[in-house]
Amino acid sequence: MSGAGLRVGVLSLQGDVRENVEAAEAALESEAGGNGAVAEAASPGEIAGSDCLVIPGGESTAIGGMSLVSGAAAAVRERAGAGAPILGICAGLILLSRGASDRTVGATGQPLLDVLDVRVERNSFGRQRQSFEADVSMEPCGIPSTRGVFIRAPSVSEAGPGVEVLARHGGRIVAVRQGAVIGTAFHPELAGDLALYRHFIGGAAAARDGRRQR
Amino acid sequence: MIPLPVGTDAGARGVVSEEGKEGGPASVRGTPTLKRGFAHMLKNGVVMDVTDAEQARIAEEAGAVAVMVLDKLPSDVRKAGGVARTAGMGAIRDIMGTVTVPVMAKCRIGHVYEARVLQEADVDMVDESEVLTPADEMRHIWKWDFTAPFVNGARSLAEALRRIEEGAAMIRTKGEPGTGNVAEAVTHIKAVNGGVRAARAAREAGDSQEMVRMARELRVPLGLLDQTAELGRLPVVNFAAGGIATPADAAYLMSLGCDGVFVGSGIFKAGDPKERARAVVLAATFWKDPAKVAEAQEMIDERSSMLGLDAASVELRMQERGGLA
Repeated sequence: MSGAGLRVGVLSLQGDVRENVEAAEAALESEAGGNGAVAEAASPGEIAGSDCLVIPGGESTAIGGMSLVSGAAAAVRERAGAGAPILGICAGLILLSRGASDRTVGATGQPLLDVLDVRVERNSFGRQRQSFEADVSMEPCGIPSTRGVFIRAPSVSEAGPGVEVLARHGGRIVAVRQGAVIGTAFHPELAGDLALYRHFIGGAAAARDGRRQR
Repeated sequence: MIPLPVGTDAGARGVVSEEGKEGGPASVRGTPTLKRGFAHMLKNGVVMDVTDAEQARIAEEAGAVAVMVLDKLPSDVRKAGGVARTAGMGAIRDIMGTVTVPVMAKCRIGHVYEARVLQEADVDMVDESEVLTPADEMRHIWKWDFTAPFVNGARSLAEALRRIEEGAAMIRTKGEPGTGNVAEAVTHIKAVNGGVRAARAAREAGDSQEMVRMARELRVPLGLLDQTAELGRLPVVNFAAGGIATPADAAYLMSLGCDGVFVGSGIFKAGDPKERARAVVLAATFWKDPAKVAEAQEMIDERSSMLGLDAASVELRMQERGGLA
């Protein structure tokens, strides 16, 4: 690992970790000339050693529960507090939120990280049969259109004043940004379209270089 | 990106949704990315067999990534004999109203209409399972016709690739269900891994003659075998199932390259289901760390494990069901 490069950590407790590592590696190659490394991160030490973090898709109840066991939950919050760029995808968006309820079951009472000032509705578009792909516009990120893969996806039901809406689908909020933290209801790592991943990694690399110059 | 189907399966395109037709944001459902992608979200997780909402709640609280609804747990299917069919719609609905994790259910091998019924009930994934009495020993369901993703059992690379050819979005070992004996699942994942290694070696050697011979011997499409050989793994998510009863069982199967585990009778036929459910999840999550697996193993009481059956002496070999097709 190059000491000067961007260290990208993918939270590796549960979910589609491999696909996110591959997407991050491809984005790191195109946005930072491969200057850095992508690694799985599950322990507090591995998380603390990452310049930016990806929280992948999976089951938010499982990842949340295991993140308390491993100490990952506190470590992610610490990184968020220090201003590290974080990308939360689907279950990752849910975990970063401050409140979650399920479309049919109601309030979930699951462990959450309270990093993004949003409340989410889980399974907002329905069960797996209603999972869908659709083009999504993310103009605030300079992405006119990207392929959104929505799998039992959540949506943001309430966003605080400091939260910028990045994308909507069918009137519902499906991507948000607050500071350096981005949350998406869809899966950029599955779409074969790395636009959002490039935006995230490019931004993280620029922020890191900016800090170094200061 | 995840590996997508090779070849020209018309059925693999997905269902264009009504929203698109009404001029709203065009969207498409049931694509291979959505069906296979769903299975990817389960990786490094545990799917637990349940028969009612209370068991489903225990599974979710323990950290299960999904529950599988059955009318009877596999070991009770063995005891009961007779014909084993898909679970009751009432139980499925109850469980869907109780937990937020995905809800799967089993249909009989080849039983197209049990699968249709489960899809209409909005089950998140259908398991075309040898635990139930097959409706057709020689023909599995053509799963590309469905919006719902399917998981199928396999004992070998040949069975796995034939099920993927039919549209399975996920594979699991068959093992010998309801025995509490992990030996058959171990044999099956090793057989799949061995098959993948052999195909990969032939491909890396540029031995096209051997590749096509192998495809014919396994009765699988050459393109699918080639894709598997190139990846060095199945092109869909691959779980362990059949006979897993303890945290150490789960960790061992993870270490053999399984993406996750299904636990059937092992949890709710044990004397300590709550502790065991949690312990199996911990072991499957942290399998790379033997100290954590030992901690998980300490959470269970071996005197509470299901007694289990020696696979060699069981009269009903569920794993052989649908194996010739």
